[in-house]
This record gives sequence, C-alpha cells and structure tokens, in this order.
Amino acid sequence: MSDTYQRTLPILTDDNRHFWQGGKDGHLLLLRCQDCLHWVHVPQPRCTNCLSEALKPEPVSGKAEVETFTINVKAWGKGMKVPYTIAVVALPEQPGLRVTTNIVDVDPEKVYIGMPVEVQFEQDDDVWLPMFAPVAG
Amino acid sequence: MVDVVISGIGQSAVGRKVDRSGIAMTVDAVLAALADAGLDRKDIDGLSTYPGKMNGNLAHFSPVGTHELIEALKLKLDWYNAGGEGGAQQAAFLNAVAAIKAGYARHVIVFRTLKEGSGSMYWQQAAGATVQRQRMGDRFEYLLPFDALTTINHVAMSMQRHFHLYGTTRRQLGAISVNARANAAINPEAVFRDPFTIDDYLNAKMISTPMCLLDCDVPTDASTAFILSSAEAARDLKSVPINIEAMAGALWSAASWDQTDMPHMGAHDAAKQLWSRTDLKPKDVDVAELYDGFSFLTLTWLEALGFCGIGEGGAFVEGGQRIARDGELPLNTHGGQLSAGRTHGFGFVREAVIQLRREGGNRQVPGDPEVAVTSAGGGPQGGCMLLTRR
Repeated sequence: MSDTYQRTLPILTDDNRHFWQGGKDGHLLLLRCQDCLHWVHVPQPRCTNCLSEALKPEPVSGKAEVETFTINVKAWGKGMKVPYTIAVVALPEQPGLRVTTNIVDVDPEKVYIGMPVEVQFEQDDDVWLPMFAPVAG
Repeated sequence: MVDVVISGIGQSAVGRKVDRSGIAMTVDAVLAALADAGLDRKDIDGLSTYPGKMNGNLAHFSPVGTHELIEALKLKLDWYNAGGEGGAQQAAFLNAVAAIKAGYARHVIVFRTLKEGSGSMYWQQAAGATVQRQRMGDRFEYLLPFDALTTINHVAMSMQRHFHLYGTTRRQLGAISVNARANAAINPEAVFRDPFTIDDYLNAKMISTPMCLLDCDVPTDASTAFILSSAEAARDLKSVPINIEAMAGALWSAASWDQTDMPHMGAHDAAKQLWSRTDLKPKDVDVAELYDGFSFLTLTWLEALGFCGIGEGGAFVEGGQRIARDGELPLNTHGGQLSAGRTHGFGFVREAVIQLRREGGNRQVPGDPEVAVTSAGGGPQGGCMLLTRR
C-alpha cells in the first residue's frame, strides 16, 4: 500500500533478468550472439541475424545518443511527477540497436536529438532501471 | 481489383457516452448495414471483426466479439474470424476479402465496437496503480517501466523525429486538426463541432511534446458495421456497390514501437504495397479518409501514400487549403476521429463509401468522386484500401 505513484515493473524471468538486474553491478547487459557477434535487443530466443542459440548477456559501453524524445507533460495517474522525459536512445555498438529510457539529471527543455548520454541506474524494488543522463562535462 | 464490394454500411449512435450496451450498439449498426444493402440476416454467411472481444483492462476497447453477435442475431456462419494483429484495424477487411475470394463466404459482416467513451484504458489503470505495484511481462515491459504509458508518447517521439529531420512545425501539422473540426462542424453526427483556428491549436494544452490535446482523437462509444459481398453476389442488391480496387497490410519494418527507424512506420510498407496492386496512381484519388488517431498519423499516411514526398507532409497540409473539402485532396471529410469520434479506422471506410455514393449531403465533396483512399493504424501496424465506384 502506497500513496505515491509506483511505476509498472517487469516480471523477471531467465530471459530478461540480465537486462533488468545488470545495473546492480553497474552494467547495461544486452544479449549478444557468440557466433556472429550480433547484438539482440529486445531479448529473443535466437540470434535475429544468424539464428544461433548461442546468446549471452554482455555489457555495452553505456554510451548512447538521443535518437528521439518526448517531454511527457500530462500526469496519467495520481501522484505522478511531471514533466519527465522519455527517449529512444541509439547505442553505438550496432546500427539500429536502441533502448527506450528516461533522460534524467537534466532540465527536459535542454534535451535534444543527437545529445550524447550515458547510462546510470535507478533501483526500484528488485529492478535496476537503465536511465540515461547527459555525458558529464 | 479483388471482385469484392462494400454493399452495406451502418453505424450506431456515436457519442462520448451512449447509454446502450456494446452488443446493443453493435446490433444497431449491423441492422443498419443489412437494411442499407437490402439483405436479411439469413443471407449472411461470414463475420469478421477487429480485434475480437477483450476482457479486463481492455474490455472497453472491444466489448463485443464474434460470439456475442452470432448469439444476438442467431447467425449461421460458414466462416468467422476476429483478431487484433494484422494490417491494423483494416485487418478485419483484409480477412473478410480473403475469405470471400477463397469461396468461404459470400456476404460478410465486418464490424468494430468501442466503449472507450464510457470506460478507462489499460494505461489509466496502470497509472492508477498507487495501492498495488503492477508487474507485466510482455513486449511492453521495455516501455512501461519508463512511464511510456500510452501510444501518445510513442507517436510523439516519431513526430519529434519528423520535426527534427524535415523541419516540420506545429503550425503546419495543426492544419490537419483545424480541417477535421471544420468538416465536423457541418456533420451532425460528429462529436465535437465547434470550429477552432490554428492559433487555438497552437495554444492548446501540451500532452507529450510536441503533441498537444488537439492532436489526439476523441474516445467514444460507437459501433460501425459493413457488409462485404462478392461482386457476383452483390449484383442484385439495392445499394450502390463500392468496389475494393486494392488493399494492403504489409509489415516489412519492425513489429515494435521503438525498434524502428522513426519516423518510418508500418504505414509506409502498406502504402507501398497498395500501389503495387493497382494501376491507379495517387493523382487519381478524389477523396482521402486517412487515419487520425493522432494528427501526425494522417501526415504519415499522406507521405506514405505518395501525395507528397517523405518529409514534405508539413508543407503539403500547411494552411489547410489543399486538404479542405473544396481543395485538391479533400481529407477526412466527416471530421475524422479527431472531431467526429474514435470509430477506430472503421469510420473512415464508411465516410469513403458515403462520398463515393455521393450521399454526403452538405459535406459532399464537389465533382463526382470516383476514387477514395482509406487507411488505418500507426506505429507497427498499418492497413489501407483503395475504393472505387463501379
């Protein structure tokens, strides 16, 4: 029971735990094919490039670039803090490798497409949410 | 040409709240469509709907499926189908045409019923989870934990990318909303009818940048129904048959809101496929009824269907003259979902039929329109149809 807004969280499984708990050790872990080295996100049963089953979580650099974003202004539920920034960020490891996230630690009005950002984690219950903030300096 | 025609159209009362059950509204719409075609329920041998009955958080999104209608009208069907995955809301039409072409049915009811005016959506319930934590485990688990709770957020991000790449402005895009309301003003069935100006649009409440309230359609209670018939079976019917010249629901890009090269959407794939299935060209289209669950989706369809180049949609609609009822491409002549109400893709098909039959009354487009294009969907789903008067 809580009076404050609680975000929806994923149900953790063997297929997604790496993504949602890698932040515990400071890593953003994505599935990577051990045969053709293709990154696969969101998790799939086989490599989407070569269909190999040899997928293993590996850390990415944590660097990214804002591909697009929106400042959500409307509070959809009681106690939601607005505004907040939702973004799709492009990871440099592979063209088309993207993660939906929030851009944090910056005035939403300062966010722009192409902005360099890096991952940081916000723990909520047993989940470490990969958030992105502007690269320091 | 697929040798299938739209032989009947019908719609229930449409409103923010209609004091009738979903099944009662569905029966209203279907009986109207049957009467329009001059058919009896005994003539019906097929049934198709999108997305089928839903329960729980999504009950208001689709309160009626095939079984409810079969029971209510005691239909005896050779073929029936419901599904929410395919060429967006037009998947129900694609499936019905496929069934008729395969010889599984001759006269198929196609319907869509919503009680979204009366009820709340899944995301409202997710956002209201202040007493108990919600957990989810499907593909949306990569979106909802970041409070990307509604389609609005995803379309807004696509829109932002379009603005960035092509210099599109809110003033340009707003013409779609202003045009919809101007058309609704002379449509007595429309839900919102008070005209507004581009300045009203620019001053509207922001929801999720750059999307404002007037970019979003109106949730309603509504049911829309059609009879699709094989051309041969429709020969003796009393209504003017409207030919399905071509239809498409391709998806060659990602089946996902965020794993795609925004602002590219499924709409681009379906639209490209549509023109590969007809000798007609965009210049042959007399009236366009293009999905506007969000105004930006209409812009996407205009570009995808080749009425202008990719990235040129803002300039195409700017000022609104080109898309007005007396413009070179009359657009969303009933007011669209933005102002006539969210009939979820189906109202556009109905309006196209009305315009091609020249039954639009004071909102009838000038000339004698012979070709209409309709579309539905956004993001990873898109479907479109080219209709002609035979």
